[in-house]
Amino acid sequence: MSAPGLPSGLKANPRISGWVRFNEDRTVTIATGKVEIGQGIVTAMAQIAAEELDVDLARLRMVSGDTAAGPDEGITSGSRSVSEGGAALKLACAEARHLLQEAAAARLGCAPSDLCVADGVFLRDGIPTPLSYWDLPHAALLNAEVRGTAAPKPVAQHQVVGQAVQRLDLSDKVMGRPRFLQDIELPGMLFGRVVRPPTGEARLLAFDPEPIQAMPGVVAVVVDGAFIGVIAEREEQAVAARAKALKSAQWDHVALPTDDGDVCDWLLAQPSVDKVVVDWRDEDAAARGEREFQARYTKPYIVHGAIGPSCALARTVDGLYEVWSHSQSVFPLRRDLATVLQVPHDHVVVHHAEGSGCYGHNGADDVALDAVLLSRAVAGRPVQVQWMREDEFAWEPYGPAMVVDVRAELDAEGAIVSWQLDGWSNGHLSRPGVAGNAGRVSSLIAAWHLADPVARSPQVDPPMGPHGVEHGGLSRNAVSTIYDFRNQKVVGHRVDELPLRASSLRAIGAYANVFAIESFMDELALEAGVDPLDFRLRHMKDPRARAVLQLAAERAGWERGVESDGTRGRGLACAQYSNHLGYFAIVIDLDVDPDVRVARAVAAVDVGLVVNPDGVLNQAEGGIVQAISWTLKEQLRFGRDGERSTNWEDYPILDFTEVPEIEVHLISRPEEEPLGSGEMTMGPTAAAIANALSHALGVRIRDLPLTRERILAAFG
Amino acid sequence: MDDVTLLVNGAEHKVAAAPDTPLLYVLRNDLKLKGAKFGCGLGLCGACTVMIDGRKALSCDTPLWAAVGKQVTTIEGLAEDGVPHAVQDAFLAEQAAQCGYCTGGMVVAAAALLRENPQPSREEICTAMARNLCRCGAHPRIIRAIERAADALRP
Repeated sequence: MSAPGLPSGLKANPRISGWVRFNEDRTVTIATGKVEIGQGIVTAMAQIAAEELDVDLARLRMVSGDTAAGPDEGITSGSRSVSEGGAALKLACAEARHLLQEAAAARLGCAPSDLCVADGVFLRDGIPTPLSYWDLPHAALLNAEVRGTAAPKPVAQHQVVGQAVQRLDLSDKVMGRPRFLQDIELPGMLFGRVVRPPTGEARLLAFDPEPIQAMPGVVAVVVDGAFIGVIAEREEQAVAARAKALKSAQWDHVALPTDDGDVCDWLLAQPSVDKVVVDWRDEDAAARGEREFQARYTKPYIVHGAIGPSCALARTVDGLYEVWSHSQSVFPLRRDLATVLQVPHDHVVVHHAEGSGCYGHNGADDVALDAVLLSRAVAGRPVQVQWMREDEFAWEPYGPAMVVDVRAELDAEGAIVSWQLDGWSNGHLSRPGVAGNAGRVSSLIAAWHLADPVARSPQVDPPMGPHGVEHGGLSRNAVSTIYDFRNQKVVGHRVDELPLRASSLRAIGAYANVFAIESFMDELALEAGVDPLDFRLRHMKDPRARAVLQLAAERAGWERGVESDGTRGRGLACAQYSNHLGYFAIVIDLDVDPDVRVARAVAAVDVGLVVNPDGVLNQAEGGIVQAISWTLKEQLRFGRDGERSTNWEDYPILDFTEVPEIEVHLISRPEEEPLGSGEMTMGPTAAAIANALSHALGVRIRDLPLTRERILAAFG
Repeated sequence: MDDVTLLVNGAEHKVAAAPDTPLLYVLRNDLKLKGAKFGCGLGLCGACTVMIDGRKALSCDTPLWAAVGKQVTTIEGLAEDGVPHAVQDAFLAEQAAQCGYCTGGMVVAAAALLRENPQPSREEICTAMARNLCRCGAHPRIIRAIERAADALRP
């Protein structure tokens, strides 16, 4: 039995040696279930382990996301890796150190408190002893369960945590050394491609594999129901075979219930499952309401759009499956693969390997099954499968469209006395393993298309957390907790009819909800005749939110009452991500003449204890850039016939010429719990841009993206 | 398939591939130079950027035959005698990446830019790099890294 109160990762993986192991070559293997998806988490985990063990970073050998060699920590998502995975690793390492230090003290005939550790060597009263971690029976000592009784180091003694150490992975990437999953070459490896139409959803009617089989280098053409894949000796041969197969196969017609122009009206017209998230009443406040305002905000389908299309490598040997994947959730992926293959879980091993940037549930899991299905056809030989760019656009699970209505009443003094938010969207979650015990279902595309198909697992919505205001999917950040809105009602309307496949994309519902809330705050400030910064501060009760907002405003040189000359505007916004994670505020300077372009962004961040300040700054800067891209440019185009954006010409993203000067200021609070930093930027950046646009031009655009066409239409 | 001779990073290589094979696949799979990446196959993202005769080129969109008789330089060939290129040093110093998938293309494109324009303005950097896409938003750091490399190369 593990001790109560331990982080969930430790409860599920209580054995210390599952997290930390000492090797004969005087290195230390540190295993984490959290995986590198471009956010620098493995470096942060290494810093945490090095800190607790007092071992140099260079001695650590990191294992991350491996079903054969590391802990199951579920999914690397939700900006929770440091707060959850880091907490688990910290306690495991603290306990390892404690046990080893006790053993060393017994050998040396002193008290454990007489000892300290420097790079793995025990020092007694500051003088090196002959003993190190590696001289002790570490394997036996660490073959024990974490009790959670060994106290981690006090923050004041931190030497590695809190330092801006360089990322462990970037040297390889900057020098062009093989590092990515795409770069792994196994002996005898073949190249596979899947054959899926760029309209998504379409089903196969007829296909003749023979002409494809006869193409140069083609080793196998796999046809299983509506699943088609090609395998060739050379990559370009697989690409050519896929192209020809795609052309010759006949597909049925797609009929989607809506299109990109209509989807928000369509959402509102559908039956929905309605969930009252909060219904807080303050009758005294309600009675003071004098003027009522409401507005509707919308967000389109957005793609993850990693620069590298999804990739996997798989090998099937004697009914055992070995898979290399850049999935965020290698253990749930293993369970899903085993379900499809109808084998015990331990017949499938999934190793995480680094892929292109990951901003949520993308095609990584799907392509893993593709690779497994192809590898079955060439028993023993490994097959690498990478999706083509158009596969990624057509088949990745998108971030779904949303509609958000906000209604508020102001009293005679211009204070908000009632607040209601209603949100509509599909569920935001269709990852492997989330359907629980719903029978034999799979989240993986290929499974649905097999001759003996596995039913599609339901697209659900992440539930709210234990306090009722945090986590959630379409209602993430729908409740305003940084403001003192005691008379507040929030309802999530989940629509289960799915026009397009969707799942978790960075910030989930918080992007649209914070865009709506923080846009509406500016609209109300204008009605109340109060500066937007002052209006927020009047209603803001959370001191940490106030601190980031005031810092961002100060560093940006916020001036009250400045009128725009019509060429430039300024806007701000603030939120605490998921109502319990990182605090973020941003001031945007927007040029609007002739084109809409963010000229400068000044932000302030409070994520509590910071493991790696440069890592947090990198996440914040990158998150601001991506949010600008989403907000000014991005919208998946799709028609009822399934035709949709298939490449970067149809779906442009921000380029270097459109990237502003960015300043991020970090408020350090080492005494506070570490909060996630990965997703906090998205909603506030969107709203600050919309607010700057309103300041510049006097028009309020409530539909994302904030395009030139929409601005011109607003001038009507 | 006849062997063709390709000059990559100063060394000759015999390659047995069809002449219309995208150079990217030859570099990655025949020569095992994995630094250039497949991003779109359409010449739209820059992840596959290499230099041909000193000018940047998109290897996913360049057939093998078009590279024959020319000098191909990949990210693996930027270092001289084991000393990283100034752009590589600067990318590390600025930690100018998140996932790093676009980084290989970025580094080569930046090196090509500095060959032609050793002291570019911020605007010139952004214009020159505009066809290299980054989804993680590492652009501000990449711009700083290129400015840092230009400083380091200043005679």
